[in-house]
Amino acid sequence: MSINGKYEACIGLETHVMQKTQTKMFCGCKHEYGAAPNTNVCPVCLGYPGALPVLNAKAIELCCKAGLLLGCKINPHSKWDRKNYFYPDMSKNYQITQADQPLCLGGQIVTEVNGEQKTFTLERIHQEENAAKNTHDKAGSLVDYNRAGTALMEIVSTPCMHSADDAFAYIQALKLIMEYGGISDCDLEKGHMRSDVNVSVRPVGQEKLGAKVEIKNMNSPSFIVEAIKYEIERQIEVIENGGKVVQETRGYDSDRGETFSQRTKEDAHDYRYFPEPDLLPVEISGSQIAQWKSELPELPVQRRERYVKELGLPDYDAKVLTAEKSISDFFDAACKKTKQYKLVSNYMMGKVASLVTEKGIRVVESKLTPEALAQVADLVSGGTIGSSAANELIEILFTAGGDPKVIVEAKGMAQVNDDSALEKWAEEAIAGNAKAVADYKAGNPASINSLMGYVMKQSKGKANPPAVIAMLKKKLDT
Amino acid sequence: MANLNTKTISELSDLLEQGKCTSVEIVNDVLAAIDARDGKINAYLTIDRTSALAQAEAADKARAAGKKGALLGIPLAIKDLLNVKGQPCTCSSKILEGYTAPYDATAIAKLREAGAVFLGRVNMDEFAMGSSTESSAFKKTRNPWNTDHVPGGSSGGSAASVAADEAVAALGSDTGGSIRQPAAFCGCVGLKPTYGMISRYGLTAFASSLDQIGPITKTVEDSAILLEAMAGKDEMDSTSIDLSVPDFAKDLTDDHSLKGMKLGLPKEYFVEGMDSEVEKAVRDAVEHCKKLGAEIVQVSLPHSKYAIAVYYIIATAEASANLARFDGIRYGLRKDGADPIELYGKTRAAGFGPEVKRRIILGTYVLSSGYYDAYYLRAQKVRTLIRNDFVEAFKQCDAILAPVTPTPAYKIGEKTNDPLKMYLDDILTTPVNLAGICGLSVPCGFSKAGLPIGLQILGDSFKEVNILKVGHAYEQTTTWHKQRPEFS
Amino acid sequence: MADSTHMDVSYIAHLARIHLTDGETKLFQGQLDQVLTYVEQLGELDVSNVEPTAHAMALVNVLRDDMPRASLDHDAAIANAPAARDGQILVPKILE
Repeated sequence: MSINGKYEACIGLETHVMQKTQTKMFCGCKHEYGAAPNTNVCPVCLGYPGALPVLNAKAIELCCKAGLLLGCKINPHSKWDRKNYFYPDMSKNYQITQADQPLCLGGQIVTEVNGEQKTFTLERIHQEENAAKNTHDKAGSLVDYNRAGTALMEIVSTPCMHSADDAFAYIQALKLIMEYGGISDCDLEKGHMRSDVNVSVRPVGQEKLGAKVEIKNMNSPSFIVEAIKYEIERQIEVIENGGKVVQETRGYDSDRGETFSQRTKEDAHDYRYFPEPDLLPVEISGSQIAQWKSELPELPVQRRERYVKELGLPDYDAKVLTAEKSISDFFDAACKKTKQYKLVSNYMMGKVASLVTEKGIRVVESKLTPEALAQVADLVSGGTIGSSAANELIEILFTAGGDPKVIVEAKGMAQVNDDSALEKWAEEAIAGNAKAVADYKAGNPASINSLMGYVMKQSKGKANPPAVIAMLKKKLDT
Repeated sequence: MANLNTKTISELSDLLEQGKCTSVEIVNDVLAAIDARDGKINAYLTIDRTSALAQAEAADKARAAGKKGALLGIPLAIKDLLNVKGQPCTCSSKILEGYTAPYDATAIAKLREAGAVFLGRVNMDEFAMGSSTESSAFKKTRNPWNTDHVPGGSSGGSAASVAADEAVAALGSDTGGSIRQPAAFCGCVGLKPTYGMISRYGLTAFASSLDQIGPITKTVEDSAILLEAMAGKDEMDSTSIDLSVPDFAKDLTDDHSLKGMKLGLPKEYFVEGMDSEVEKAVRDAVEHCKKLGAEIVQVSLPHSKYAIAVYYIIATAEASANLARFDGIRYGLRKDGADPIELYGKTRAAGFGPEVKRRIILGTYVLSSGYYDAYYLRAQKVRTLIRNDFVEAFKQCDAILAPVTPTPAYKIGEKTNDPLKMYLDDILTTPVNLAGICGLSVPCGFSKAGLPIGLQILGDSFKEVNILKVGHAYEQTTTWHKQRPEFS
Repeated sequence: MADSTHMDVSYIAHLARIHLTDGETKLFQGQLDQVLTYVEQLGELDVSNVEPTAHAMALVNVLRDDMPRASLDHDAAIANAPAARDGQILVPKILE
């Protein structure tokens, strides 16, 4: 994709994902959000003299499973390194990470960008540890080490993206895979997923990448999009004005929608990596990989395929339903209780979705259960209730919960199937709408609709439409 | 019973078992010895009398209630880099002033469980960086055999306290000879176990791939007792090994025969510039072992001469990262600054002594951009060659005999102005740490000036049984270990 | 071996976050250059086919289960801090 036919942007992402482990990466302190400051800390994560790290098996498993979900090669032999830099949020003043032998190599993310399928390639995924949390005020900075040493994976893409849209689609797809895979909750507000974005611009046709600008530590996908757009424009402007883009780290000011240069220290990048003597290498066998593969959950792409192939949903439905894991899980749970898949899909995308927007809560936070929604679908398909009653019922279930059948009974929502009642309304309709009857008999079958409308009105919407049609036809055709 | 402080762990354990003395009496005798002579020796940094006596009383009560064990009620001096919950742990550095350990090192926890009494903390080279205990920020420990001389280092306080009978036994740590060399200088027994034998959890790290905790004692048997109590897999230390711990002390037999054992003599260990008295004492010891039935074979450790260069690259590189945590943020000394960077620079300038600064700078340099391959990576490769030398040598013998140091203890101040010269003295001890194998230092004579000389016995990884056997047989058929320094 | 046996002590000390006095810088410069000259001897060896040793043992896969263990008491975690406020460690303002 070229810009003004002259330039091409190359964008790479380094995305940090906090894994869903119970304890930290190297010690048994709990990994939990929102605990009182410095309560989940121990000599290890505080970097006390004499403390030593020990690898969390679950974190290794989740990192490798993330790799398998992303088509990476699992490195049969990986090792640990120390990355040295002084910062108050890094208690040992070195971070334990993986420099040259990460757990996962290669991989890709396939996703749609504006209707076009694209493949974004990955370089690697490595396992490391998170830093503590700093807060600042006038007097100084306060450090809470609860987050220090929690398990953090870094997923590194190649500079394979060429627009902010690409990057947005990449992040959305990655987030979805991490959620589906049970790797991370990817709660952006809790900082579960943060990205460093590398942006460079080069003339179309040039092979060599332009000078790389890194924008650090962003968690909001919309800010990432804005920052990339701004940065591409800025770099092109620099080049157009005869200048040279400086390789540097820039911050993003979301209030102004601009990136800004962060003064870098001359030694900022001398991390003095060397093998971590306190941790031994990890070797992963083929049988271990096979075991992990067999445990992998279904990904959104696979689920979307299943909805189409096995549940007979249109691809549009399948795509919408799988866009959020909790919705897709809800749908799957409902489909275990009913065969009316399309009806459930309709309600999920229709009434349920509008209630979600209206009430501002997620489906899983509402009183509606998958079982209840399945019953609603069955009640509709069995002719017990009509579609307007169904919408009304879903709203009640969403806000107050309850047993659908009991509610239908209590509120008198059931349709009228009773022949004698239908016959009476049909006769009244025929008697009072001579023109429609004449039109129908003259060969205009659509005119039966106005007779039908009369019956529905008389029945206050409770008459079962197919039964009404059948009754009207019986009367008119004899 | 008088002078309980002069006895060994095994002797005291028998006396306690027979009800002939109490732990409180032992602790009191040790405290009395400290009061009498530590003003001169300067082995101790801190002594917690109240706590020591309370621990001793608890041990006596436990014994009365039926608890047994070779270490129940035995007071130990602890090198000031091992975390003992509630005690200071300064590593003889100003940067850790004010720090109180919130946890027990695993080795300490095991000894606590066995009923040992933690009587006090002994001096060392700052962060174990040194060979004379002169780099301590707090005091200069003196050699009990001649107080003008150094006790060796870095576990100089440990060795001096045992030699002066100010401790029944002590714990030290050995990264490049820091147990064996002071033991040799002070006429004690010092054991550097195989890397992975004793958990390092709670041992303030100098060089993580080389450090090991070990005992400094009056006899080989006492070292075996302490080793047995501390050894074994620890889930807090990934590099501790899951092996069943042998009954080291019981395996030491009283026949003192070395029949069937092959002992290797590496020609490279009789280095140029070696003191003739040291060489003679060690060669006599080799002859003695022959008389005990051992077969002496020549072995070669051709890469030993590179050990110092490799050691000072690897150890300082690891140290530069290990000591980065001493930054004035979470514990210890803080010298405030306008921002963290200034705070770090000022705190570390004020908190570290010259030897530590020198080594951190060297270690930072060898890892820095552009130099890693030339220094660190190359050193790691030569480390492989040094290890392989030992692998080959141990195909031909059960243990290796060698000197510990090129000379007996030198005078205080003699080498402080020439770091390289002091580093070179580690030539005979550092290969053992680089290879990860075990080594024992046993007294084997005295110089004409009356300073002790040590015999080094090296064993293959996890073959402590072999070196303890040789050491015990040699010791029990000689009298060097029974000699005590005189105190005026 | 390295292209130089002379290090920029001031720069390295800055990397290591140690303020050195001029006297220290000068002293260390001489001493460390001597040490670097000494370690030059490693250049004599052909190590092109030698694997580096990072650990003294050949163990792999030492892992722990993801089971919580007791953390330090909050007070104990803060007790050693030279400065603290509101249960957090206080440091001079960090420039982000």
